[in-house]
Amino acid sequence: MIAIVEILSALFLLMGVFLFLVSAFGIIRLPDVYTRNHAVSKSSTLGILFILIGTLLFFFHQHGHFDFRIVLAIIFIFMTSPVAGHLINRSAYHSGVKMWDQSVQDDLKKRR
Amino acid sequence: MFDLALKIALLGASLSMVGFLYRLIKGPSVPDRVVALDAIGINLIAFVALASIVMDTGAYLEAILLLGILSFIGTVAFAKFLEKGEIIEDDRNR
Repeated sequence: MIAIVEILSALFLLMGVFLFLVSAFGIIRLPDVYTRNHAVSKSSTLGILFILIGTLLFFFHQHGHFDFRIVLAIIFIFMTSPVAGHLINRSAYHSGVKMWDQSVQDDLKKRR
Repeated sequence: MFDLALKIALLGASLSMVGFLYRLIKGPSVPDRVVALDAIGINLIAFVALASIVMDTGAYLEAILLLGILSFIGTVAFAKFLEKGEIIEDDRNR
C-alpha cells in the first residue's frame, strides 16, 4: 500500500518534469512570441500541477498528514497562470509585435 | 528507486531552467522576455517543491504560495506597462 503511494508520487514528479522539458523545448524552437506563449503557459502549468500533486502524495505517505498549503498552491496556480499568459499575449499584440511571417489568419487586424 | 526519480526530476528541472534562460537572454522582443520570466517563476516553484522533498521538511511550503503570487503580480504589472506605458494611472476620470 505504501509502496503504491511512493511509486505514484515518483510517477507524478517524472511526468511534471517531462512537461517542463516540453515547454523549454517549445520556448526554444517555436518561431514567434504567440506560439512560444502557447507552449509555455499550458505545458508548464500542467507540469507544476503534476509536481505539486507528487509532493502532496509524498508528504501524505511520509508524515501521514494532508498539507493544505499545497492544495491552495495548486488552486491558485491553476487559476492565475493562464490569465498571466493571456495578459502577456494581449500586451504583445497591442504593442505591435509581429506575428510569424507564415501565419495565415489575424482576426484582430481590422479592430486595431 | 524514489531517490533516482528525484535526481532525474531535479536534473530535468535544471535543464528546462537553462532553456528558459536562453530565451530570456536572446529573446528578440520584450514580451518574449516576460514570457521567459513567468516560466522561470513557475520553474522556481518546482524547485522549492523538489527541495522540500529532498530535505524531508514541510517548512518551505509557504514559499510556494509566495512565489506563485509574486510571479503573477509581476507578470500583470509588466503586461500593463507594455500596453499602456504606465502601471498605476494618475488620471481619475477614465
